[in-house]
Amino acid sequence: MKPPPFAYRAPRTLPEALAALAPAAPGTGSDTGGGGVGKVLAGGQSLIPLLNMRLAAPERLVDINRVAELDTLEVTGAGVRVGALARHARVGRSAEAAAVQPLLRRALAHVAHPVVRNRGTVVGSLAHADPSAELPAVLALLDGSVEAASAAGRRTIPAGGFFLGPLEPALLPGELAVSAFFPALPPRTGTAFVEIARRHGDYALVGVAATVTLDAGLRVAAARAGYLSVAGVPLVLDLTAACAGADAVSGGGDWEDAAAYARERVDPESDIHASADYRRHLAGVLTGRALRAATADAIDRAGEGR
Amino acid sequence: MTEETFEIELTVNGVRRTARAPARRLLSDLLRHGLGLTGTHVGCEHGVCGCCTVLLDGEPVRSCLMFAVTASGHEVTTVEGLAAPDGEMSPVQRAFQECHGLQCGFCTPGFLCTVTALLRDTPRPTDDEILEGISGNLCRCTGYQNIRRSVRRASELIAADPASGGPPAGEAGEGGR
Ligand SMILES: Cc1cc2nc3c(=O)[nH]c(=O)nc-3n(C[C@H](O)[C@H](O)[C@H](O)COP(=O)(O)OP(=O)(O)OC[C@H]3O[C@@H](n4cnc5c(N)ncnc54)[C@H](O)[C@@H]3O)c2cc1C
Ligand code: FES
Ligand code: FES
Repeated sequence: MKPPPFAYRAPRTLPEALAALAPAAPGTGSDTGGGGVGKVLAGGQSLIPLLNMRLAAPERLVDINRVAELDTLEVTGAGVRVGALARHARVGRSAEAAAVQPLLRRALAHVAHPVVRNRGTVVGSLAHADPSAELPAVLALLDGSVEAASAAGRRTIPAGGFFLGPLEPALLPGELAVSAFFPALPPRTGTAFVEIARRHGDYALVGVAATVTLDAGLRVAAARAGYLSVAGVPLVLDLTAACAGADAVSGGGDWEDAAAYARERVDPESDIHASADYRRHLAGVLTGRALRAATADAIDRAGEGR
Repeated sequence: MTEETFEIELTVNGVRRTARAPARRLLSDLLRHGLGLTGTHVGCEHGVCGCCTVLLDGEPVRSCLMFAVTASGHEVTTVEGLAAPDGEMSPVQRAFQECHGLQCGFCTPGFLCTVTALLRDTPRPTDDEILEGISGNLCRCTGYQNIRRSVRRASELIAADPASGGPPAGEAGEGGR
């Protein structure tokens, strides 16, 4: 057997899950053993590879796949709230979610392959906090938040404080991320998601999510971008100063100021996939592409009165 | 310390099967070693190659990235369950045979399960939809062109005889898993 042994709990309700996660809790089922801290098993698409390669050895896994109350997707005018068991595929398919926050679907198309998206969860991807993953950059760019619960209570963690380092979310031992909130897109705003990967479906060498907001005269009023794979955590840059006032209808210029600013601010590392210099170059190129596409999208949406 | 084991109950290819296994038993290993269904192949065991793909309540999933105990209570279809009970191959299987969509066959079970679900959801896929649909499955022999043709051909076979096409559908709807 490849994964190392662990104690296993499969709670059916959220309170049971929180009790099973609590440090050195007595547990909720008839099963025994497994002191220490519980670790959440959601879609398993990141955790089980680590277990199969024996890069992780949790003492106790709390499988949340039977906690039906976490399998939720709520869309309101304010935004999209994704429950801990909502799979990538379900969220990506939701026309309601795409209408309120289109960046979610755009980014999900780049997350792994369709079959992996059938199991992997949006919240699990945030909790995994991989700096090369798409959704953490989207949550950070949109100033979303994660709702965390433990046996001791609940709290809301803003995206800005959620990603502490590579694979290091701001979740405490015993805490479960119950949902994530992606705020709605403001009016006259467009989005884009672009990335370069070695192979389609792989983690990106560099990826950029962008939002561009126009003023009533269709000039760029605000521009922001979220970057993946250029730092240990998702990096968000406010590019407004580098493109404010650009005439959106004419394509907004060459975006070179914004690209230069991005090249200056990113801090990528070299690895077997790409050198730091190449990643820095990509960050500039992709900044221009993302802003151009988001601006075109903003014009379309403004034209439709959104 | 003896390791705790769990009672696992699955419907595999329409038949109720039970087994006892530790929580760390992968679904792929339970199918192959516990239930003797060696049609499900195991390559990378980290989700990359796709050859372990089976249908869980009708949806393709990596059986190497799921514990058997998590799958308990659900329906699993493996490559052994794609043909009719009398052994007549499904349209997808026939198309792969006709178009030489395989050489060594190692990747084939994963492709067959993936494509069966793809064509159930998208009976008339565009070229891009075919490429996206099979993008998570690796084949080191064919160069993919014949696999693409096989998917196209399977789509024609199903259109010509929709009843024969009936790949096993999941009973659980969206969010049921
Ligand atoms: C071949 C392959 C390619 C991939 N490519 C990409 C890609 O390009 N981009 C990308 O973003 N991802 C990619 N992934 C990862 C995929 O998106 C995962 O689904 C995701 O990262 C984790 O979600 P999960 O539900 O599978 O979580 P799990 O694997 O179950 O858990 C991952 C981690 O998060 C913790 N966790 C999960 N849920 C919670 C929760 N609710 N509360 C607290 N902690 C929790 C777990 O304890 C664990 O530490 C890929 C995976 C594979 C197998
Ligand atoms: S063996 Fe499961 S994806 Fe390779
Ligand atoms: S036929 Fe040999 S790997 Fe695909």
